[in-house]
Amino acid sequence: MEIIGLTIDRLHEALRAGATSVTEVCQRTLERIEALDPQLGAFLTVNRDEALRRAEELDRDLARGEPLRPLTGVPVAIKDNICTKGLRTTCASKILHNFIPPYNATAVERLLEAGAILIGKTNCDEFAMGSSNENSAFGIVRNPWDAERVPGGSSGGSGAAVAADLCVVALGSDTGGSVRLPAAFCGVVGLKPTYGRVSRYGLVAYGSSLDQIGPITKTVADAARVLRVIAGRDPRDSTSSNHPVPDYLAALDGEIKGVRLGVPREYFGPGLDEEVRAVVWQAIHRFADLGAEIVDVRLPHTEYAIACYYIIATAEASSNLARYDGVRYGYRAQGATTLREMYRRTRNEGFGAEVKRRIMLGTYVLSAGYYDAYYLKALKVRTLIERDFREAFARCDLIVGPTSPTVAFRLGEKTEDPLAMYLSDIYTIMANLAGIPAISIPVGLSREGLPIGLQLHARHFEEATLLRAAHAYERAFPFSHKPPL
Amino acid sequence: MPITKREVEKIAELAHLELTEEEKEQFTVQLAAIIAYVEKLNELDTTDVPPMAHAGRDERADYAQRDDVVGEGLGSELALANAPDPARGYFRVPKVIEEG
Repeated sequence: MEIIGLTIDRLHEALRAGATSVTEVCQRTLERIEALDPQLGAFLTVNRDEALRRAEELDRDLARGEPLRPLTGVPVAIKDNICTKGLRTTCASKILHNFIPPYNATAVERLLEAGAILIGKTNCDEFAMGSSNENSAFGIVRNPWDAERVPGGSSGGSGAAVAADLCVVALGSDTGGSVRLPAAFCGVVGLKPTYGRVSRYGLVAYGSSLDQIGPITKTVADAARVLRVIAGRDPRDSTSSNHPVPDYLAALDGEIKGVRLGVPREYFGPGLDEEVRAVVWQAIHRFADLGAEIVDVRLPHTEYAIACYYIIATAEASSNLARYDGVRYGYRAQGATTLREMYRRTRNEGFGAEVKRRIMLGTYVLSAGYYDAYYLKALKVRTLIERDFREAFARCDLIVGPTSPTVAFRLGEKTEDPLAMYLSDIYTIMANLAGIPAISIPVGLSREGLPIGLQLHARHFEEATLLRAAHAYERAFPFSHKPPL
Repeated sequence: MPITKREVEKIAELAHLELTEEEKEQFTVQLAAIIAYVEKLNELDTTDVPPMAHAGRDERADYAQRDDVVGEGLGSELALANAPDPARGYFRVPKVIEEG
């Protein structure tokens, strides 16, 4: 069984035809990880023995005549900030280097119930803080398309693993673009669902009002399949919505006629690479050829999104990361004689530079005398950004633009300048602030052979519309390139 | 408003971080640049704008909290399984009461 380019539907077709077994696909996947991952660095933990044990169990179920479940036999990679019972979950941080979760995240639990095989845990920026995956305490991830370039962050391991066919699908988390940016840089599909669509239970908290778990896949149809499994109300996450979960796959009818596609001029301003601009515009014209109606819209507060985000996200992070103190789990500094000294030394030795920077910034904007000037101000600007979308969506059904202003940049290019790194998120952050769903799909290659991602946004809980349009495009203009591995 | 090294030290104390001299110098410069950037928000008049409190905004959803029913806990063995220094069913820590 060929696992290069393998998707859920092709795997299930082969299983139905008896052309392969779950165990064979699992073995091939593990062999490929063994062969390629030493160079890529996409995995922090490979779940080898347990994956094979489970594959054999699933094969026995199938032999007994059990029907295929939505994800039976699908090798899934999970970002290492999502808790997996009994399987090390580090958040790519020294402070959690030995943490073994006593429970599964709800999204993981649902994947397993649907028959998926947990193949391993993927590398990421420490605590999901970064846009290049260079902030991992356990090493960089290389872009499968060019080993000297970043895979994007923070779910860089998940993006690289899907692009390199080291799994069929992966889960990432997206607080400011961390699913969509690696998807764009690695030439795969990345979906950030509506805030509240997928339970955050077991996702290690970074910016709790922004975080969402989302799938990274090779096709839009696979994203629809995974979302259908992981979406829905969870009593363990009070912000998860009981809005009904539709059959996203059934929504993919290839139809896009009459869909109003809004193009915000703010997404095509200065700073956008000319080649990215040209490829994204070509894709927009293709949408028009398929019958979509192109409409001009405005998102006037776009230029304030990064400032707004880095206040809100760091404020929430400074509070969320207070729990890492060396008492209940993870790393503890040795030799401290008082509790306070132990806290400080544990945190200083356990956290990397970017995490400390964000804790510092978040503590500053929440501190007495600065709260109103920074944090409260940012919450008000967030309202303005959400209104921008509300007004734009009165005139269109979807909003389209580039996922990132550039293609994958070079390793080390932005590590000395945190602010320049933050600006890579300019187009992705808006969706998190507004709480709306967005998807990145690959629509072309640069002259240097690097993938270019297009992003679509929809109204709250309209993932079906988003997926339908992305699927119609993918069907008409398939992205058939593969990384040179 | 430029941030001083003194302020960086104060924030580090609030955040329970013990920074090295080098980190203090570096953060003073970097945080000043980031804060100067985020002050961009002051260009906007937000006098009558309410702060956004919740990101989901699903008018059709019911966010009522679940009933307050006793469920199953982790149990002390599992809760202590990741502890750096467990002792007799507790998390052991260095001396809590400091002198002076």
